[in-house]
Amino acid sequence: MSLINNQITQNSRILSVGAYRPERVVPNSEIVDLIDSSDEWIQQRTGIASRHRAAPDQSLVDMAVEAATIAINRAKISIDQIDSIIFATISYPFQAPSAATELAARLGANTAAAFDISAACAGFTYGVGMASDFVRNRSATYVLVIGGEKLSDFTDPSDRGTAFIFADGVGAVIVGPSETVGIGPMIWGSDAANRDAITLEPSFLEFKRGKSVAEVGWPNIAQEGQRVFRWAVYEMAPIGRQAITAAGITPSDLAAFIPHQANERIIDSLVKSIGLPDTVEVARDIRTTGNTSAASIPLAMDRLLTEHPDLHGKNALLIGFGAGLVFAAQVVELPPQP
Amino acid sequence: MSVTQAEVLAGIKDIVVEVAGIDPTTIEMEKRFNEDLEVDSLSMVEVIVAAEEKFGVKIPDDEVTKMATVADAVNFIVAAAK
Repeated sequence: MSLINNQITQNSRILSVGAYRPERVVPNSEIVDLIDSSDEWIQQRTGIASRHRAAPDQSLVDMAVEAATIAINRAKISIDQIDSIIFATISYPFQAPSAATELAARLGANTAAAFDISAACAGFTYGVGMASDFVRNRSATYVLVIGGEKLSDFTDPSDRGTAFIFADGVGAVIVGPSETVGIGPMIWGSDAANRDAITLEPSFLEFKRGKSVAEVGWPNIAQEGQRVFRWAVYEMAPIGRQAITAAGITPSDLAAFIPHQANERIIDSLVKSIGLPDTVEVARDIRTTGNTSAASIPLAMDRLLTEHPDLHGKNALLIGFGAGLVFAAQVVELPPQP
Repeated sequence: MSVTQAEVLAGIKDIVVEVAGIDPTTIEMEKRFNEDLEVDSLSMVEVIVAAEEKFGVKIPDDEVTKMATVADAVNFIVAAAK
């Protein structure tokens, strides 16, 4: 007996975006003493002047509730219309159940399909690609995609390679049905041979085996900065160009470029090597937000739309890339003016 | 692909001007990237990535750390391109 799946496909788009940045702003001056560095050095190498950090008692999902509520209101849908929640994060401090189900319970979206994805700084673009396919194939109608991190829990304040980079925040989008194509094909993949370039170690099993934090350290992010920089500037430009071509447009049809906010110099290099014209608005949220991994693209998208309201409904290239190493890019039509 | 020292130097000049935005006449074989040309470690990565593409060579990370001067880079690329 052959199976049937006669769902008729539909188009998808991002309907809205919401952002939450924790209240506390941490300037470079608060960080430099522990790492024997300077504000000038950090800004020159990364573009970062300040970042937001959550309060110790403010959880990842506390922040996600705020961002999700804004996105839901802007999409003008009700919570019970959300039938799927994808939460991209690497900093939820429980293996199970997922951050997505905690968020579902707190929002009152108790019956939505809900799960987390672990794709680090590419998590949000992985999530948008999956959400788009769910909507297109009618596995879901309204998908809440969260990119959220509380990386201050997993960053060593004395690590000279990471202390000034990673930060906290949550971004959210609603992906739903559309009359026209609002999300281009996802160009995605991994470079697993470079799995050790960015790590979060040691394993929790070390503590079960009786080791203490003093002996083996707390699981903090570590990265080989120059190796990751080289990979990003060399490998991600062709991925961006493929996403543009796959969407059937040229760079001059883009209004905005919203790459993962890893380092402003990676952003500058990608702008040049992808060949983006001056007319493309480039997201540089990293300057005051730092690198928030999975949250960086939706946070940057929200800021860009706040500062340039004319970009609502225009085409933007998104590229997420990070620990794995993993990457995903797609061209999207930015959400309409709420 | 075989290239001459002069060709590689000219190519490196173009790349360093593009990456670091400095006057091309200041770029000579004996100049040090970091101290003389204001090419810091991340700019150096950009220079190397561009040079690999331009000359069709592979420059390993441990070789990059040894490249203090323009001559170091030029000589490595000339040898690697043979």
